[in-house]
Amino acid sequence: MSNLRHDALPLVALRGITKEFPNVIANDHVDLDIFPSEIHALLGENGAGKSTLVKILFGFYHADAGMVEFNGKPINIQSPRQARAANIGMVFQDLNLIPALSVAENIALFLPDLGHVLDLKQIARRIDDVSKQYGLEVNPQALVSQLSIGEQQKVEILKLLLSNARLLILDEPTRVLAPQEVEALLSVLGNLRKNGYAILLITHKLKEVLLCADRITVLREGRVVGSFLRAGATEGKLVKLMFGQKLSGLKTGLMPRRKEGLKPVLELLNVDTRAEGAGTSLKRVNLTISPGQIVGVAGVSGNGQKELCDVVLGVERSVKGKKILNGNDLTNLSVQTIRREGTSFIPENPLMMASVPFMTVLENMALTRTERYARRGGFSMNWEAVKSDVVDAEKRLGFKLSLFSIAKSLSGGNLQRMVILREMAHHPRLIIASYLTRGLDVRSAIAAREALVQAREEGAGVLFVSEDLDELFALCDRLLVLYGGRIVGEFFPSETDVYEVGRLMTGSKVEHADKC
Amino acid sequence: MQISASPLIQKVFPPSLVNTGIRYLWMTLLTLLLFGFILLASGKDPIRSYQDMFTSTLGSWYGFSEVLVAMIPMLITALAVALPSRVGLINVGGEGQLYLGAAFATWGALTFQAQPAWILLTLMTLLGMLGGAVWAFLPAYLKAIGLVNETITTLLMNSIAPKIIGFLIFGYWHSAVDTVKTANFASAARLPTFFGTRVHLGLFFGLVLLLLFWFIMKYTRWGLEMRAIGGNPQAARRNGIPLKRYLIIVMCLGGALAGLAGMAQVSGFYGVLLLNFSIGLGFMGFLICWLAGGEPVGILLMSFVVAIITTGGNLLQLTRDLPYAVINILLALALFVVLARPSLVQRKKS
Repeated sequence: MSNLRHDALPLVALRGITKEFPNVIANDHVDLDIFPSEIHALLGENGAGKSTLVKILFGFYHADAGMVEFNGKPINIQSPRQARAANIGMVFQDLNLIPALSVAENIALFLPDLGHVLDLKQIARRIDDVSKQYGLEVNPQALVSQLSIGEQQKVEILKLLLSNARLLILDEPTRVLAPQEVEALLSVLGNLRKNGYAILLITHKLKEVLLCADRITVLREGRVVGSFLRAGATEGKLVKLMFGQKLSGLKTGLMPRRKEGLKPVLELLNVDTRAEGAGTSLKRVNLTISPGQIVGVAGVSGNGQKELCDVVLGVERSVKGKKILNGNDLTNLSVQTIRREGTSFIPENPLMMASVPFMTVLENMALTRTERYARRGGFSMNWEAVKSDVVDAEKRLGFKLSLFSIAKSLSGGNLQRMVILREMAHHPRLIIASYLTRGLDVRSAIAAREALVQAREEGAGVLFVSEDLDELFALCDRLLVLYGGRIVGEFFPSETDVYEVGRLMTGSKVEHADKC
Repeated sequence: MQISASPLIQKVFPPSLVNTGIRYLWMTLLTLLLFGFILLASGKDPIRSYQDMFTSTLGSWYGFSEVLVAMIPMLITALAVALPSRVGLINVGGEGQLYLGAAFATWGALTFQAQPAWILLTLMTLLGMLGGAVWAFLPAYLKAIGLVNETITTLLMNSIAPKIIGFLIFGYWHSAVDTVKTANFASAARLPTFFGTRVHLGLFFGLVLLLLFWFIMKYTRWGLEMRAIGGNPQAARRNGIPLKRYLIIVMCLGGALAGLAGMAQVSGFYGVLLLNFSIGLGFMGFLICWLAGGEPVGILLMSFVVAIITTGGNLLQLTRDLPYAVINILLALALFVVLARPSLVQRKKS
C-alpha cells in the first residue's frame, strides 16, 4: 500500500479529513492525493464515507478537521461556489439540468464569465469545439428534456469543462448508463486524462475501476484501507478491502431451520417490470420463499431492490410473469389484496413510504388495518384495540413508542421502530423488509433482527433486502444477489462467502447471470 | 401573538377554538383596514361606508336573513372544495358542477312537476348531486390514472357547463314568454322557506353537511384513510388504502356537493333556471375554503363574513355610489391577507 510514488505535485491533496455525524464517524483522518492526468477511483460500500468525502471537497459539508491543498497551497472551500472558483467541478448522481432549457442555455447558466447579454451562438461554438475534442458530441440547440440520460451526462461534463474545471468529480456516473454508454463514457474519461484533467471517479463497480483507473483508493467505515496504483490491484484484493473481515460476532443464536417442503408463501415466476425514469427494470426474476424462511437479497442499492419489493407488494405492475402468494395467483392485484393475504412491508424510507407525517403515532399504527379497527361499519374507530395491539407488539419486540407524538417529530430510528412494530403486530405470513436496520442504533437493530427471526419461527416467510453483508449472512436461509435488475446469484449462506457475494454485487462476474 | 386567557374562559372555550376565533378576527380587521385605505383613496368615507354595510346586514332581522340566504350556496360550494382538498385534490370546478347540478335538478322539476313535494324535492336533490358528480367524474378519473392534473381540468370545464345550460334553455326549456329562463317551477319543486323570509331549507342542508364533514374527517375510518392519503399518498398506497378509488369517489362527492348547491339555488332561491344564474358562486366557495384553511369552523365563519360583504356591497352601490367591483377588491384583499399569513394571524403549530 505504499507504492504511491509520483513525481508531480498532486493537483488536490486532502489531509486528515475528519467528519463526524451524530453516532457515526463518516470520515476518519482521510488522506487522498489526486494528480493531474490521472483517473483516481474511490471505492467503497454504501456508507463507507465516499459521498461525505467528496461533498466536503465540493464545499457542501465542512470538515471537522483536516485541510485541502490545491497545487500545494492550502485552500478553504466553504461552498460549492468556492469549489468551482478553485477549478473543482462535480457531476452528481441525480443530474442537475433544467429540462425546459436547451443544452447551450444550461451550460451558459453555469459559466463563470457569463455576460449580461447572452451570446448563445458563441457559447454553442465553444460547446462544439470542446465536445469534438473529447468525443462528447451533443446538439447545443437541443432541449435537455429530449436528451437521454447518457447525453445529459455529457452535458454535465461539458458544463464543467467550459467552466474551466481541472478536477472533475463524478459520483457513480455509470449507475444510470447502458453498457455501450458506459464504454463511451470511459473513453471520454481517457481523453480527458490525456489532456491533463484530474478525475475522481466514485463507483461500486470493480470492472470499470480496473478498466480505466490509474490509482485506486478504498474506503471502509470512513477510513482509507488501501490506496495503490492500478498495477497493484486485483479484483480479489479490492473486494477483500471493501468488505473487510467482519463476519464474526453477529449471531442471533437461532439456527435457521429449513422448511423447503411446505407450500411457498411467495413465488415469483419470470417477472419483468418496466422502469420509469432512472429506475431499474426487473428482468426474468424467479424467487421462492417458503414459510419459516428468510430469503436475503444482497446488492448495491439501485439495482432493482425497490422495484422487487414494490412488485411483491403490488405497488408496481409486472409486465410479464406471475406472482403467487400462498398458492393463489395474485399477479398485479391491488396492495389491499396483497396485504389482506398477510403481507407486511417495512420500506427503506419509513417517513416517505410508510407513515403520514402529520398524524400521531397511534393513527399511523391503524393505517394498515383500518378495516379491522373500524367499528359500526366504519363510523368510528376502535382506538383502544389499536392501543392494545401496540402494547402487545411492544412487549414482544422490546421497544416502546410514545403513542401521541406526531410522526414527523420522531427521529429516523424511532420512526423505523414504529413501522417495524406496526408491520410485525399482526403475525404476518410474508414480510418484505427493505433495509430493516438502517438508522437503528445497535440495540434496536438487534431487537429488529430478533423480531424477524421470531416471525420466521412462527412460520412467516421473509424477503430481506439489505446491503449489510454481515446481517445477510447471519440471518438468511437463502441468499440472492441482485445486479442490474437480474438475480445473478443464489446461494445457501454456508456455501458462499462475502467475497463471492461482493464480487457479484459489484457486477464483476456478470456471465453468471445467464445461468439463472 | 401570545394570548393568555383566564382559566374560566379556557374551560368554556378550548384554547384551540379560541385561537381559531382570534385568528379570524385579526384577519377580518386587517382586511377591513386595508380596504378602508382603498375607500379613502377613492374619496369615500370608510367609516360611513362600513357603517352602512353593517347596519344593512346585521342591523335588522331582514338584513340578517338576506345574509343567510347569500351564505347558503357559498357554504355548500366551500364544502365541495374542502372535501377533495383532504385527499390532496384541488377542485376549482365548483362553478361548473353547480351549473350541472342545477340543470339536472331542473330537468327533474320540469318532468315530474305533478308529483308531491316530498318526492319531487328528494328526486331533485339526488339529481342535483348526480349532475355535479358527473361533471367531477371526468377530471377525477383522469387524475386517478395519472394523466391530467385535476386543477386544470376542473377549471376549464367551468367554461363548458354554462354553455350546456344555455343550450338546454334556448333549445328546450325556455318559457313561452322569455327565452333566457325556464317557466317558474311548480310550488312542489320549491324548497320550503322559513319565518317569512327567503331563507330556505338549503341552509339546513349546508349546516348538516358541514357537521357531517367534520364528523367523518375526525371520527370515521374513511376520514382516517382520507387524511392518510392527503398526508402522504405514497405511504397510504403502500399501506393498502385504495388510493385511486378514493380519489375518484371523493372528487365526485365534492362535485355532488356543488351540484346540491346548484339545486338549492334554483329550487330554493330563484324557483326557476336562469341563464348564467351563478356569478361565480363556485369560485366564491373556493375562496372561502382557502380563507378557512379547509376547517369546518372556518368555513362556517368565512362564508358568513363573505355573505355580509356581498350583500352589504350591493347596498354600497346604491348609497355610496361605489361600483360593485369594489367587492371583488375587498375579497381579493382578504385572500391576500390569508395567503401572506402575517405573523400575528399565524396558526400556532404545536
